Amino acid sequence: MTSKTLIKGGRIIDPSQGIDQISDLLLVDGLIREINTSISKPKNAEIFDAEGQIVCPGFIDIHCHLREPGEEYKETIKTGTAAAAAGGFTTVCAMPNTQPAMDNQSVVEYVLKKAKETASIRVLPIGAVTIGRKGKQLSEMSELAELGVVGFSDDGDPVEDPNIMRQALSYSAGLKLPIINHCEVPSLADGASMNEGWVSNRLGLKGMPTSAEEVMVARDISLAELTGGHVHIAHASTRGTIDLIRSAKANGIKVTCEVTPHHLTLTENTVMGHGKDDFQPLGTDAYDTNAKVNPPLRSKSDVAAMIESLNKGTIDFIATDHAPHSEVDKMTTFQDSSFGISVLETALGSLMTLVDQGHMEVNTLIKKLTNDPATFLGMDIGNLKTGTSGDITIIDPNETWTVDPGDFISKGKNTPLEGSLLKGKIKATFYQGTKVY
Amino acid sequence: MTIKEIPAKTSLRQNHILDLDEFNKSDIEAIFDNTDSMMEVLTRGIRKVPALRGKTIITLFYEASTRTRVSFEQAGKILSADVINVSSDGSSNKKGESLYNTALTLQAMKADAIVIRHQHSGAGYFLAQQMKSTSIINAGDGMHAHPTQSLLDLYTIRKHLGTIESKKVVIVGDLLYSRVARSNLWGLTTMGADIVLSGPNTLLPQDFLDQRIGDVSHPFKNITIENDLDKALNGADVVMALRLQSERQKAGHLPSLREYSRRFGISSERLKLAHPEAIVMHPGPMNEGVEIEPDVAHGQQSVIESQVTTGVAIRMAILYDLITGTHSKKEL
Repeated sequence: MTSKTLIKGGRIIDPSQGIDQISDLLLVDGLIREINTSISKPKNAEIFDAEGQIVCPGFIDIHCHLREPGEEYKETIKTGTAAAAAGGFTTVCAMPNTQPAMDNQSVVEYVLKKAKETASIRVLPIGAVTIGRKGKQLSEMSELAELGVVGFSDDGDPVEDPNIMRQALSYSAGLKLPIINHCEVPSLADGASMNEGWVSNRLGLKGMPTSAEEVMVARDISLAELTGGHVHIAHASTRGTIDLIRSAKANGIKVTCEVTPHHLTLTENTVMGHGKDDFQPLGTDAYDTNAKVNPPLRSKSDVAAMIESLNKGTIDFIATDHAPHSEVDKMTTFQDSSFGISVLETALGSLMTLVDQGHMEVNTLIKKLTNDPATFLGMDIGNLKTGTSGDITIIDPNETWTVDPGDFISKGKNTPLEGSLLKGKIKATFYQGTKVY
Repeated sequence: MTIKEIPAKTSLRQNHILDLDEFNKSDIEAIFDNTDSMMEVLTRGIRKVPALRGKTIITLFYEASTRTRVSFEQAGKILSADVINVSSDGSSNKKGESLYNTALTLQAMKADAIVIRHQHSGAGYFLAQQMKSTSIINAGDGMHAHPTQSLLDLYTIRKHLGTIESKKVVIVGDLLYSRVARSNLWGLTTMGADIVLSGPNTLLPQDFLDQRIGDVSHPFKNITIENDLDKALNGADVVMALRLQSERQKAGHLPSLREYSRRFGISSERLKLAHPEAIVMHPGPMNEGVEIEPDVAHGQQSVIESQVTTGVAIRMAILYDLITGTHSKKEL
């Protein structure tokens, strides 16, 4: 029995083929069959009316924390992928900072098994660089690669030892896989809970200087050049990081980077409470622990640099760094609370503000969520080519909605966007031809 | 002698006292007026008034303190409130849930005011957000703020110099970690003082060194930085030394306490560079011989002990106003 879905009358955007036109799209047996200005309804086909909506490839998230195994009270592969589907994603890469870490075949096999049983979308695991993510001894990277990990990362922590980073880059170069590094010099960020600057000074919170990130980015670029390895800078957040990457790319060094929706749209002022300017008196909503994230929300100047560099291509793509936490992790003092934001379900809505404010074309935004992360993965996904997997996201670009974490599918309700009015909503997500949201 | 009532007014706009950034000049002057009345109560033979009879004040201290806790306790008791002291070693609350649970528990006990000291910045704000009908007084939160200490500093300056406006106040030392200094920057700025910060760069916030202060749009436009203390002291009306924790040396902020003391310690020799009638202040507890020499700490120009008495009166004024003010009659 064949399954058919006809998506009618949407604005089809596929940056991989330069498509931006009003058309119909036919899915047959999980694959994209045809895009045409008018496709007549085949027998037994389900119809999805997409008039006034954007039809684009399913989003790909290279950086996501699904927390399973080990911290299922924060998120599971089931809830995390369902949340991702609700956010328009059809592929997520699971970070290995689970408990135990994804540093050996057994744990990765477990994650793949759970994904097969419970995930509503594609889950691609990322292996740990070092055993226990402790930065001392390389994990069995070849064996992890055989299972299909798409890269290696000790994310949550940096690979601190430069020699271990050198060996990891060199070894993984032979596997044609990237090392994804969370760049943060620990001694420069020790005890810090937000960006260093006026806001941290005012709030009496120890700040992380932008140098804590940039010093390690500079080191990693140098090591990538030395080894010929591919370093991918996770969640770039500072103007200085971008300057380093731009110059490294110009010199032909294999470095790529990503940026999160929150580093494109929120500044450090968010920690002061909703919509507070630098000099306004604090209210009781100050010290918003839901705005505590690592790397921290940065200055206005850094945010402007992120937007500009994403447009210009210095930043390769957008990744969420979805980091769900339970209430108990956040209902405490700022210093004690955990780092991380639950991003999957607000990503598109918050990013669409960039389009709405004229900072970015919607086609560029979609490219950075689809084609460009697919290029990074080297996989034939994130496009609408005939015969590829029917991974489709349908967006109403004009629908406004108010963020209510109570409505999140993710177990992580930790968002600083609670109560924010966003414009742009995911209307449906198809994964391999099946409607999963 | 009969117990007389006190001629204090209730005027606070604030439901809580969290920091001085939300106090304008007339707010602060209104607190000073009530403090004058409380100072009079402190001179009476029987130091007891029934103003807060039947009211409950809880002091919740997660960090060791003698001076501030006793000051609040005495202030509450003179006003006839029931004062309950709770202390807890916050370090065992790794995840800090207990602050949340404590908030819920104390909320259920219907305290009229909670005085909180905590080693983490923003703890008072967290409590204020959780508790819907209790006034929160911040008695020191991490490196952030210590508003009642700042109010008593301001009151002390006014008492000794007649006014704060246009007085040159030199604050010396560990600005980076000092909650007293942070609150004083707001309070002194609001009252129109000229502020000079002095100390090694490693103990000054990088943000201040980046010179955004001094911009006309910055609330701290009246603040300048002078690393050379001798130059900073020239003509100073107030010299405020801050406590230097020995941990700063271990954390790499300082080569040695000796070098710090020689360059930034307040000695009698150095004090001569200030205005002849300059006053010397210190929020306490002092490291005599490090940031301040003993002869200065206990000398003619020191007002450090009178700061302590003033502290009780300031806290009486605040407790009285918060608990009996119009805002206390409505749901916060």
